[in-house]
Amino acid sequence: MTELLQQVINGLSLGAIYALIALGYTMVYGVLRFINFAHSDVFMLGAFTAFYSSRALGRWGFAGGGFLGGLLVLVISMAACAVIGVLIERLAYRPLRKRSTLTVLITAIGVSLFLQNGGQMVFGVNPKAFPNIFPSQTFKLGGLVINSNQLVVLGVALALLSALHWIVQRTRIGTAMRAVSFNATAASLVGIDTNRIISFTFGLGSALAGAGGVLYGMNYPSIEPLMGNSPGLKAFIAAVLGGIGSLPGAALGGMVLGFVETGVSGTRWSTYRDAVAFAILIGILLFRPAGLLGRNRIEKV
Amino acid sequence: MPGWLNRSQLVLAAALLAAGVAQFLSNRLDSYVLSVAMGVGINIILASSLNLINGFTGQFSLGHAGFMAVGAYTAAVLTGKLAPQLQPIFGGHVELLFPFALIVGGLVAAVAGGLVGAPSLRLKGDYLAIVTLGFGEIIKVIFQNVEYVGGAKGLNAIPDYSNLFWVFGTTAITVYTVWALMNSTYGRGFLAVADDEIAAEAMGLNTTRYKMVAFVVGAFFAGIAGGLFAHLNNSINPSGFDFNKSIEIVVMVILGGMGRHTGVILAAILLTVLTELLRQFGDYRMVIYSLLLILLMLTRPQGLLIWPIRKSASRRTT
Repeated sequence: MTELLQQVINGLSLGAIYALIALGYTMVYGVLRFINFAHSDVFMLGAFTAFYSSRALGRWGFAGGGFLGGLLVLVISMAACAVIGVLIERLAYRPLRKRSTLTVLITAIGVSLFLQNGGQMVFGVNPKAFPNIFPSQTFKLGGLVINSNQLVVLGVALALLSALHWIVQRTRIGTAMRAVSFNATAASLVGIDTNRIISFTFGLGSALAGAGGVLYGMNYPSIEPLMGNSPGLKAFIAAVLGGIGSLPGAALGGMVLGFVETGVSGTRWSTYRDAVAFAILIGILLFRPAGLLGRNRIEKV
Repeated sequence: MPGWLNRSQLVLAAALLAAGVAQFLSNRLDSYVLSVAMGVGINIILASSLNLINGFTGQFSLGHAGFMAVGAYTAAVLTGKLAPQLQPIFGGHVELLFPFALIVGGLVAAVAGGLVGAPSLRLKGDYLAIVTLGFGEIIKVIFQNVEYVGGAKGLNAIPDYSNLFWVFGTTAITVYTVWALMNSTYGRGFLAVADDEIAAEAMGLNTTRYKMVAFVVGAFFAGIAGGLFAHLNNSINPSGFDFNKSIEIVVMVILGGMGRHTGVILAAILLTVLTELLRQFGDYRMVIYSLLLILLMLTRPQGLLIWPIRKSASRRTT
């Protein structure tokens, strides 16, 4: 029983991180209909921004490991990633707006390779120990072991998800986002500046990925330039699982995948963890291509 | 020209002969040049076979390295672990064991292609790309976990049977097969599927079968390329057949212009040589490579070697 509860807690915190990354995939897919392969590397940059900014803050004698200091690091990373995301869209994807999806897809793969290999040059190939940006403490509750970092992960993820929900459902720009995602041509006809909305969507998605990177770094001891690959793919699976284009779907998919993965890790099949994730993806695409919460699109001739 | 050979078959025969002559003269070549040359041949096989799937049939697959891995492992097991059992059948003739291993590797890869293709070819575009990517990764994970083939460490001490004759002979056969297939009456069906699937279906074509044929034939040649690769490098491990390897092949197809025979071959040569030349830049190599890829997509998305000659009809000529 305690072991099950322990797995649930681990699954929740992993799932929350996947959910944050998955939201970025799903939002970009919603407005541009393509898979942003570079998203997972923005996630990686988020972790590295946190690594360097917490160092810099420490050097200037600012709240070493305090709770506010941690939040500041988180905000800096999110802001940096938002800027990077907008830049990537502006420089690499916007010139291709009228081209086929395939061209954009390959470009995205190119951007991803660039960020990974550029990262290896700038940050070095070796893994770096991620600092304790939040005060870390371990609680024992009966047989349960809960790290305060896991609670922070859950809290931050929940806060960001609510904030995103509010932005998308309650604000003017969120309404415009939904309009562009529903029908970009019609949205531009009623006076929505689609390019601005697309930029905003990239910024928002990348900020969430950046937060995901910081939270991932807190839960896993080390970070390296290729760290985005595996969580990125998982998060993408999560987005498809929940129904790509659907925000609640991405959150749900992330959670499901987090649970499945911690579940599989506990068994003797743990080395097949990644294969299980892909098997789920393939199963979903074959039997319910629209995902769990996605809408079926009718293809017209 | 003899009556029983048409021009393209004559070209094939000449290419096979040239491969034999090249092999005969190969001991004069520097071993580095030799291995790069064979790498070029293997990449031409990979790119041409993927071109059949991605280019001609328009089904975007990101899992080609997975089929290559299946062929590589099968062939390496046949010439390695199972060689003592197989040698007697061939009367100790190693030169027969190798082509046998290559073909079996190709067939097993083709079966894998069929197994992957059957469920996933119902999907289109991005989704197909992701599912094939997923299958490619699953194949990799399976090899990582099978101790018989060395797990994550892979297989070592594979005999170096690959030589200019086998590599370029196979290259010639692959290029010829894809070319002949695309220029046959049956082959027009692939183009129809790529151009407009709904229209093709309305014309009575079994589009699913065309996609399957493209997938299985493509996987077969990828498997053979894998076998050649294993016996060129002497060692293989699962991570060598990951997503990045698949991307490398996809880039060759796109660079050459999807659905072009000559363009894709030239792109395979160009990229293999470029990768070798970039080695001197060490860590910068992949950064330069990725920047080139982005620039290429921004400036020449139709392929590097494509110039519009005429407005229509020029699209599909070699």
